[in-house]
Amino acid sequence: MKITDEDIKELKKHANEARKSIIQEVYLAGSGHPGGALSIVDILTVLYFNQMNIDPEKKDDLNRDRLVLSKGHASAALYAVLAERGFFPKEELKSFRKLGSILQGHPDMKKVPGVDMSSGSLGQGLSVANGMALASKLDSRGYKVYCIVGDGEIEEGQIWEACMTSSKFNLDNLCVIVDNNNLQIDGKVTEVKKSVYPLKEKFESFGFEVFEVDGHNMDELISTFQKVRQTKGKPSVVLAKTIKGKGVKFMENNVEWHGKAPKEEEYKIAMKGLEEMGD
Amino acid sequence: MDLNDKKATRESFGEALAKLGSENKNIVVLDADLAGATKSGIFAKEFPDRFFDMGISEQDMIATAAGLSTCGKIPFACSFAVFSTGRAYDQVRNSVCYPNLNVKICGSHAGITVGEDGGTHQMLEDINLMRGLPNMVVFSPSDDVQTKWIVNEMAKTKGPQYIRTCRAKSPKIYDENQEFEFGKAVQIGDGKDATIFATGICTSEALKAKEELEKEGINVRVVDLFTIKPIDEEMIIKCAKETKKLISVEDHNIIGGLGSAIAEVLTDKYPANLIRMGIKDMFGESGKADELMKKYNIDKDAIIKCVKE
Repeated sequence: MKITDEDIKELKKHANEARKSIIQEVYLAGSGHPGGALSIVDILTVLYFNQMNIDPEKKDDLNRDRLVLSKGHASAALYAVLAERGFFPKEELKSFRKLGSILQGHPDMKKVPGVDMSSGSLGQGLSVANGMALASKLDSRGYKVYCIVGDGEIEEGQIWEACMTSSKFNLDNLCVIVDNNNLQIDGKVTEVKKSVYPLKEKFESFGFEVFEVDGHNMDELISTFQKVRQTKGKPSVVLAKTIKGKGVKFMENNVEWHGKAPKEEEYKIAMKGLEEMGD
Repeated sequence: MDLNDKKATRESFGEALAKLGSENKNIVVLDADLAGATKSGIFAKEFPDRFFDMGISEQDMIATAAGLSTCGKIPFACSFAVFSTGRAYDQVRNSVCYPNLNVKICGSHAGITVGEDGGTHQMLEDINLMRGLPNMVVFSPSDDVQTKWIVNEMAKTKGPQYIRTCRAKSPKIYDENQEFEFGKAVQIGDGKDATIFATGICTSEALKAKEELEKEGINVRVVDLFTIKPIDEEMIIKCAKETKKLISVEDHNIIGGLGSAIAEVLTDKYPANLIRMGIKDMFGESGKADELMKKYNIDKDAIIKCVKE
């Protein structure tokens, strides 16, 4: 399908709205993970608004595409995009991380409309996504499964067990997306565990078709996901170059913002910046 | 009980699973390179399209099973108990129990009766681990007929469930038309001198002890707690009221297993003394199953001695 400038403009608008929601969620909660949420919000927007076969009116449809947010701590982004897409009222976002809320610190599939899998303990989501992709094949339903992992997260050994599984069963209906912002809690991935790299060669040797993309460029993301869908006989991975904290200047590339909430003054600055970006 | 008709519960498990395969197309089976030992291989032979050998990666296996279950499949994920519940504990906790998914965790080679493989492979903490997880059901069958009933029950009922089977053979306790009920223990005999609460491979030992004690005029009852969670509280309280002595026996650490589960009920509802027989907070060692049961005091003779003391 041809993507018009108007489509891109619309996607950017949704992503900007989702960014504002993320900042508001984390600010009102007084805690959360803004950095890693802001780095995947463009990817999530493209998937939920342009690529995935989903319908908020038929959220339990067996044939829908699935998404597993393996880096579950970026929940604020998933909630923001699901609300933006109409899975639940945006008003609900104000309860993020609060007692009695459906919006737990990490995604809970039993509570949140549109969440396909609970996650939070790192390294497990890709195996789960494999299971979903296998089920799709068993029943010849043809749905796709997307799985977002962090670049720090792939230090977990289970990710590589899962990669062997994706490739053993030729899961060409599976698309892994690596949020490659090169930051984890203790610092740069290149400092904490440099041997995570090189990513491309690793995934290739595990039997994946590898795509490299700017994770904040809507055009590139769309054309990449289109190519992913044409890949047959093996799983795909999209290595998305991203910026942790993207869209909020003082958070960008700053590991301090992995897991803390902005204070009132910072919140205002962040929201003002996003308002201006949206204009 | 027929002492000559012996079969390992892992064998019964494998046979029942394969039978289920033709009855329910949604059943899928995963194993981690141990299909020959866990007996999931019987299913694999008959339904190769619904069997997934994950290789030696138990953590991946459990979380893959979780994914399959979200799409309507009923996965039975099989390995040795030490791996399916121990190595993959966090996957069972966060990817299965937290979202309350319909995944069946299968642990064969549980307990000290694994034998020659020694302490690393003799899982003595699995009941403890699985029992402590919200949403999890824990089954520990005692013989062939019961194991098959449980496997069928697991396919019929939704939610995370664990079945613990053994490598060593045990005698047939129940005849084919024995009726079981989910969460309800089976009382064998109505002796009032003692109750022996037993589970798994120790149930037949308790029954052997019962028979010998009867010859000496000591009348005990055996209560087979094949469902450890939820536990049959009513039965425990009834026996505490009716019998002079309460003993529990299990091929598991005395911390956190059957004995602990019974003690919790007694403490809450009907305070009474309970003697917990089991592996006394230590690891096992290599040896033959019967030699180990004798050395670690969970065999017939140890039970008889305990009743008489």
